[in-house]
Amino acid sequence: MAATKPRTGSFSRNFSSAHSSKTPGYKHGPNGTTFISSGIPDLDKILCGGFPLGSLVLVMEDAEAPHHMLLLRNFMSQGLVHNQPLLYASPSRDPRGFLGTLPSPGASKDDKSRDNSSEQEKGLRIAWQYKKYFGDDQESTNAIDSKYEFCNDFDLRRPFDRHFFSGKHVECVSILDSSSLSNFRDRCATFLSQVPRNDGNISSAGRIAIQSLCAPQCDHSNMEWEMLSFLRYLKSMVRSSNAVAVVTFPPSLLSPSFSKRWQHMADTLLSVRAIPDEDKELAKLLTGYQDMVGLLNVHKVAQINTQVPKILEATTFSIKLQKRRYLVLECLNQAPIDVSSGSSYGSTGSCSGSSKTASLEF
Amino acid sequence: MDRMASNLLDGAIGFDDPTNPSPLIGRLLLVEDCVETSGAFVLHHLLKRAFSSPNSSNAVIFLAFSQSFVHYDRILRKLGCNLAAQRDNGRFVFFDMLTLGCSGEKTRSGKETDEGVLVGLYCKIQRAVDALIQENKKHVTIVIDDISLLEVAANGSSNLVLDFLHYCHTLLSEVGCSIIALDHEDVYMDIKRPLSLQLEYLADVLIKVGPLATGIAKDVHGQLTVLNKPVEGLQDKLRNRVQNFQFYIKENGTEFFYSGSRA
Repeated sequence: MAATKPRTGSFSRNFSSAHSSKTPGYKHGPNGTTFISSGIPDLDKILCGGFPLGSLVLVMEDAEAPHHMLLLRNFMSQGLVHNQPLLYASPSRDPRGFLGTLPSPGASKDDKSRDNSSEQEKGLRIAWQYKKYFGDDQESTNAIDSKYEFCNDFDLRRPFDRHFFSGKHVECVSILDSSSLSNFRDRCATFLSQVPRNDGNISSAGRIAIQSLCAPQCDHSNMEWEMLSFLRYLKSMVRSSNAVAVVTFPPSLLSPSFSKRWQHMADTLLSVRAIPDEDKELAKLLTGYQDMVGLLNVHKVAQINTQVPKILEATTFSIKLQKRRYLVLECLNQAPIDVSSGSSYGSTGSCSGSSKTASLEF
Repeated sequence: MDRMASNLLDGAIGFDDPTNPSPLIGRLLLVEDCVETSGAFVLHHLLKRAFSSPNSSNAVIFLAFSQSFVHYDRILRKLGCNLAAQRDNGRFVFFDMLTLGCSGEKTRSGKETDEGVLVGLYCKIQRAVDALIQENKKHVTIVIDDISLLEVAANGSSNLVLDFLHYCHTLLSEVGCSIIALDHEDVYMDIKRPLSLQLEYLADVLIKVGPLATGIAKDVHGQLTVLNKPVEGLQDKLRNRVQNFQFYIKENGTEFFYSGSRA
């Protein structure tokens, strides 16, 4: 990573100029990959650009909380904004109903001012000689974002207008009844045949969003090998087309070895976790605990056409809602010890607290 | 002779032994990795090694279950090796196995078809090997990326996979091929793991790839354990040679170094 950084830096100007001829919603990455946005600006930044076309993204769900839906919704909404074909599958009876909960893009003017002000603040805070070490990358991506709206901010409290997706290409599939996955697989195949990969020009990119593939209410949930085979087929199909598939699954419902097999299958592997409401120790350890709604872990970043793994600055991020509307991801600001040893930290904290009160009494 | 920038991994496998320039002939090399750290770079390294050695009697048969040809081609090109040209030369045979065993109608019909898939694959390999031998390619390497996906293609029947591997293994002794296979260690955690144990038993060289125990680091991507079982008949090498070192992956190669010794 460190070795490649200066190179990407020197090429970034070319990227942006080459990008200008392209349709919005696509961004060229290294190694001949093209990114589409995840629908969350921060996640795009974390993943160094977004989801590369042709990749399979797996999200490990928290079995008790619906945080994966946040990722799915934004991913789908972003596709609708860019007029990209969408296939949504879920184990519910009426998957089309889910479309009513998709967030709509927020007022972009407002966001930009927010972005800029935060950027300026950062600039002021950073001593000038350190500035050259970062910022450069961010600025260029920001410039692209604002110009071409690669990625929108979505207002989670304002649903998409119904009439908005009437003209769009949206398919909804219920995977509840399909006794075997072969029907659904054919459905995916026909969907992906609309967005074939031809070298160079990208006319359109498909998005496949599958929610809770191994949910226990589905008939196929006990056919572990068949699901794996489906995933493998999906991955190979997505590879040969201009599409990204995001699949969420509850790993606790799979046996550990199968869960690992699923994880190996993923190009990009994320996991979401809710945080308990009243976790005093965690609240002590992390700043801004009150605003967090959950944690996002990045386990794998797609390595397409390259053997070099991407080493991220941090792998755990807090999911927050800004102004109760916009989804933001932030690095955890924590004391330099990890959460697992937090108990000892908490106890020492209370120790010092008790000694303080003791000193007051004396 | 071909002393091209030998590194720790090549040393551990035995490439720098002057008495035996191709130590993998008739042997099976198994790479085991996990979710956190991919071991695919070892395959790329060995692939490059097979093509860059001066004697052009090396040939590779590649069974790709996990990636497309474009992916490997781009990576190997950055390593300084043109797979497309090698394919045209007839030194590189690429089997695109991405959709093997998931062709539409199959799924429900059961065992015979699964078996048929792997039998068919073996026949293809055998034909390819024969053809290469005819063309005077003495040293054929079969690369399998990766075995866990081979299992998925066989619909979970580890017996079929084992049979397949045993068949391939006979090629080792018959015509002096070598096999390089990638497998994931962590997918066999909870169940009795006949496949992984059998594989480890069959393997002559075992390379385990894992993350650092201390977590992620920017300048070290992980660590390798190479277990090189002794070649029969060499009394002084009766003990298994185990070596541990760390690696850093770059686009144009991989650096190997002992822990703490990186400049």
